[in-house]
Amino acid sequence: MADLIQLAVLLAVGYFVGSRIEKKHYRSIKEREKKLLGCAVVTGDDFLEDRPVRTSRLVSGSAVISSDYFKMIVGNLLNFFGGEVSVFESLLDRARREAILRMKEEAPAADIILNLRIETSTIAGKNSCEALAYGTAVYYEK
Amino acid sequence: MILVMTNIESVPGKKIVEHFGLVCGSTVRAKNAFKDFGAGLKNLVGGELKAYTELMNESRKQAIDRLKCQAENLGANAIINVRFSTSNIANGAAELYVYGTAVRVE
Repeated sequence: MADLIQLAVLLAVGYFVGSRIEKKHYRSIKEREKKLLGCAVVTGDDFLEDRPVRTSRLVSGSAVISSDYFKMIVGNLLNFFGGEVSVFESLLDRARREAILRMKEEAPAADIILNLRIETSTIAGKNSCEALAYGTAVYYEK
Repeated sequence: MILVMTNIESVPGKKIVEHFGLVCGSTVRAKNAFKDFGAGLKNLVGGELKAYTELMNESRKQAIDRLKCQAENLGANAIINVRFSTSNIANGAAELYVYGTAVRVE
């Protein structure tokens, strides 16, 4: 019985606090995405204009986002039945968007960021994912 | 002399005059047990694991430093086509690997 109560409490805490943290994070992501809309990011490398280039450099950003207890339990249950595991989708989405934002914040004045690459990895045993975004920031001669 | 790094096949606005071949850098890092414990607690409510973001950033920086050191020893002043790769070798430890092509540009 005590075990069941403990599980219920953990699930409730995970669900309520977890979804609040997630909502807050999404709000901040959307706000910053709007602010950084002016900085173009492309996945190709042949988008250079025919203008003299002042400088270029590698920029990167990363974020580690963890799942909450509720997501972990529900995710494992869904895993058993197979199919779409929707609870983990927002986790990866948040990590990637946060990583891209941090990369942009490293070079807010760049004219364009070329060849964006996103890489995702898990941190073993921690039910969390790490996203890394990197690209080449190019500054044209003013 | 600042070493320029890009992840495209050229350095925009510069001409490549010499290739030196592959250079790479890697590092394996783990967080101490206390921070691991803290991350375990954070696992309950979700959100960003700052300690791990920091760990990954620090180690990536070290891998890049090793990459740059190797390129400088070869006499290069730029590294093109830089790629990152991450793997987990044990609980809470990660290997960061970064590689690219050392070149001299003008």
